[in-house]
Amino acid sequence: MKKNLIIIGAGMASGRALEELLEQDGENWNVTLFNAEPRGNYNRLMLSPVLSGEKTYEDIITHSDAWYLEKGVSCRFGEKVFEINRIEQTVTSETGDVLAYDKLLIATGSNPFIIPLPGHDLEGVIAYRDLEDTDRMIGLGEKPGARAVVIGGGLLGLEAAAGLKARGVDVTVVHIMDHLMERQLDGAAGYLLRKALTDRGIMVMCAANSKEILGQDGHVRALLLDDGTELPCDLLVMAVGIRPNTAVAQAAGLAVGKGIHVDDQMQTSDPNILSVGECVEHDGAVFGLVAPLYDQAKVAAKTLIGDQAAFVQKEVSTKLKVTGCDLFSAGDFADGETREDIVFRDPARGVYKRLVIENDKLIGAVFYGDTTDSSWFFGLIKDDEDISAMRDTLIFGPSFQGGTPLDPMAAVAALPDDAEICGCNGVCKQDIITTIQNGARTLDAVKATSKAGSSCGGCSGLVEQLLSVTLGDEFAMPTKETVCRCTDLSHDEVRKLIVAGGMKSMPQAMQDMNWTTPDGCHVCRPALNYYMVCAWPGEYEDDGKSRFINERVHANIQKDGTYSVVPRMLGGITTPDELRAIADVADKFKVPTVKVTGGQRIDLLGIKKQDLPAIWYDLGKAGMISGQAYAKGLRTVKTCVGSEHCRFGTQDSTGLGIKLEDAMWGAWSPHKFKLAVTGCPRNCAEATCKDLGIVCVDSGYQILVGGAAGLDLLETQLLAQVATEEEALEYSCAFYQLYREGAQYLHRPYKWIRKVGLDWVKQQIVEDAKNRKALADRFLHSQQFYQVDPWAERAVKGKDAHEFEPLADLTNLPVAAE
Amino acid sequence: MSQFIDIGSVKDIPPRGARVLRTPEGEIAVFRTALDQVFAVDEWLPGKAGPLSNGIQHGTSVTDPMYNWVFDLHTGHAQGADEGQIRVWDLHLRGGRILITRDVLGAAKVVA
Ligand code: SRM
Ligand SMILES: Cc1cc2nc3c(=O)[nH]c(=O)nc-3n(C[C@H](O)[C@H](O)[C@H](O)COP(=O)(O)OP(=O)(O)OC[C@H]3O[C@@H](n4cnc5c(N)ncnc54)[C@H](O)[C@@H]3O)c2cc1C
Ligand code: SF4
Ligand code: FES
Repeated sequence: MKKNLIIIGAGMASGRALEELLEQDGENWNVTLFNAEPRGNYNRLMLSPVLSGEKTYEDIITHSDAWYLEKGVSCRFGEKVFEINRIEQTVTSETGDVLAYDKLLIATGSNPFIIPLPGHDLEGVIAYRDLEDTDRMIGLGEKPGARAVVIGGGLLGLEAAAGLKARGVDVTVVHIMDHLMERQLDGAAGYLLRKALTDRGIMVMCAANSKEILGQDGHVRALLLDDGTELPCDLLVMAVGIRPNTAVAQAAGLAVGKGIHVDDQMQTSDPNILSVGECVEHDGAVFGLVAPLYDQAKVAAKTLIGDQAAFVQKEVSTKLKVTGCDLFSAGDFADGETREDIVFRDPARGVYKRLVIENDKLIGAVFYGDTTDSSWFFGLIKDDEDISAMRDTLIFGPSFQGGTPLDPMAAVAALPDDAEICGCNGVCKQDIITTIQNGARTLDAVKATSKAGSSCGGCSGLVEQLLSVTLGDEFAMPTKETVCRCTDLSHDEVRKLIVAGGMKSMPQAMQDMNWTTPDGCHVCRPALNYYMVCAWPGEYEDDGKSRFINERVHANIQKDGTYSVVPRMLGGITTPDELRAIADVADKFKVPTVKVTGGQRIDLLGIKKQDLPAIWYDLGKAGMISGQAYAKGLRTVKTCVGSEHCRFGTQDSTGLGIKLEDAMWGAWSPHKFKLAVTGCPRNCAEATCKDLGIVCVDSGYQILVGGAAGLDLLETQLLAQVATEEEALEYSCAFYQLYREGAQYLHRPYKWIRKVGLDWVKQQIVEDAKNRKALADRFLHSQQFYQVDPWAERAVKGKDAHEFEPLADLTNLPVAAE
Repeated sequence: MSQFIDIGSVKDIPPRGARVLRTPEGEIAVFRTALDQVFAVDEWLPGKAGPLSNGIQHGTSVTDPMYNWVFDLHTGHAQGADEGQIRVWDLHLRGGRILITRDVLGAAKVVA
């Protein structure tokens, strides 16, 4: 007697189970196959190539009508099973037919998750799961000028977006997390993927929160984001995740958690019912990729036959099926104390590889751009192999025992020929290579013939690298100080490469400059952040998480964890109203210490972190802004009373100090920058030990630079003497900008001047009027973006609110009576 | 009684950010890494380091804002030449919620 097997769902898992069963034990089974979709088994994975036009539906059918006929499977496609009666051992379909089973296999897959945003039920809001969805997207491509939005930057969403784009649709991907495919990729690989997609014209928005789907006449019209952005679209695809489809099983009273509970034999809580695929939960896990489902299918077939078999969960790996975006990820790639990373980057080819090793075993891998050896690495992970013997060359893959070492020169090699290497003399990469090919064999020879490196010297490191790249072993690279252990590059090289390579984000900079760690450290991140803040005003998005706490929360941390607050007082001038406001906040917030600083202003010390926004709010109401006493940036402009009051004063030193501070506040720099303007050589404002000091004299203004009165004590040197206030302002801004653009992070101006020479600074600012004006203009341009009071942004606009409030307070929970 | 307390959503902490949790056992810094792992350690190592929620986070380490010590968030051990260990609290993520061990309530007998 043949046994009756009913299968609910003709998907990837049941298709495989069916094959296994009929091949091994076909003569003993009568099979009925239900499927809600109006078709039989097809390769769901391949919907993406169908969408992009690389395949047709016919190409991806896995089981033809002839196959079902030959195997005697009775097909009920387009017919949903409605109910299972476990006592009678029958199923009822939506047509009302009742069929009896001896064994039942539930393989209902999963349902796409639809975020219940207002408007989610509008016409034109679809998921990406089946052929109908795919056809909807293909249809959209036939409409000229069509636009689509995809919510979800995971595997499915990106395949949908790439397919839509291939069909000529204008696509935007909206992703809630900071980088794409965050489950499979780390930030570096996520950046490369985003770049590849953007390059092909797909717009990608990360860290974007969807708020509402807007409609017109019942049809989707646009997606509205939290920040008010409206993205118009004709179709909205939600690809944000799946939920196991357990409805029929649950209604029949089977044990169901996240999915239908199954044991190692794929048996549900009812011995006559098995289940496989995305609808099951095994040992706490649910599934979203096909590899483990095939293993389940094999086990289920064995169980039906009566053979012994057990399902074991294995590592899974992911690939994205978008032509031209080669990526692979497997295992666990989070870092940890007992884990080590091996990172390989090839900026020229856009390759990133990262291996995670623990106890001499490979436990995770992320590859972007070159996935040729991924199956070999995946094998190492799955087989738990000891890799200690090949550790040093592991990253180069199976065919590369004793491979080439990591290339510290990769970043400069990857630059385009027309990238500017020497900014001072306008010399590009190709010019320097030509010079070297024409016989220049040393840095000095290159300097003499191309002029590159002959001015500030900041590009010398890169010129040396070009010598090495061009001449190979013939050129011996001098040793140098690197930024930190995450890179082989020096500060000067990093700065130049950021500008020459157009690097505008932390992951991009780390990838393009071959960083050897996944996300840097506390030494390099603040430096990189500053270099990009300086190079790309208005374009680079400041990375607060790469700033020291004082600059992140805009106050100075004290040894007990409280903060100090120093409002700005331009030129040391204040008013009774300001003083009253300061007194009022000191009372209101019970400020323990109020002190006059060495910078001619007032410090409120001992303030609790959570009170900061409220204090700032009150000070802001009285017209006061942040004094940036915490910043590697413009600090104070001290002044003396000058000609307005003093019998010796020659010029209005107070007025000029205020003008300078007014023009310069808010600017970031490699280190702090302090000024003073004093009304005569008696120097009551101590201008001769400042980063920039101005001493007023009868005939005008002496501009002095490079003083210090901290760890080093140094007198300023004369940069220039000018006749008017306008000139004094222009020279000062030009000097600040030259320092901002050239100095290495954490060098005060005197250290930088020591390196480049005061003569060179004079050439740039005093002798070259055009250059001086250009520098001052660049400074003022940058100020448009950075002269924003950070206190107001936080006290009034609620920026970074999480910094100032505890996550939760468990100190006031109700205490039980004894 | 459950051994863990829900203290908020992972979204309440930005990636590479940290926030303070106030407890009867003192202040605790709760971290979220770039890869969405979560960790909890004491905010202070008295006399040596803190407040750690104010540090710069990289990988699964945090650099102390006071004296630049680097702590591993898994074990609480100071890295490199510095010697010391910060107390680590058992914490995990479930369905986007952050759950912390009840031990943070200390001896206080707490209902709910
Ligand atoms: C508040 C103030 C002292 C005061 O009560 O007067 C002060 C306080 C601090 N100074 Fe200063 N400096 C203050 C004027 C000075 C001066 C005098 C001046 O500016 O005319 C100097 C010498 C001049 C100079 O900079 O060349 C000065 C040289 C330093 C240095 C050494 C800098 C150097 O390059 O050598 C540091 C350390 C550093 O920056 O790395 C420093 C660092 C600090 C820090 C930020 C230490 C820190 O990182 O925590 C202090 C913050 C303490 C706090 O509790 O908030 N402070 N500091 C002064 C604030 C002025 C203001 O209104 O903004
Ligand atoms: C576009 C796309 C690309 C993908 N790419 C990959 C990839 O590259 N790699 C990878 O590993 N995985 C990929 N996946 C995931 C993979 O396709 C799934 O893991 C797999 O299809 C799940 O198989 P399943 O048999 O559990 O469910 P399904 O294949 O979904 O089959 C379930 C079937 O059951 C039917 N059904 C549901 N309820 C009933 C009912 N009550 N009565 C009758 N029939 C019912 C459904 O209509 C459906 O046809 C992709 C998925 C999609 C959508
Ligand atoms: S520096 Fe000269 S002008 Fe200024 S207060 Fe002193 S004596 Fe007067
Ligand atoms: S950049 Fe080349 S000498 Fe200044």
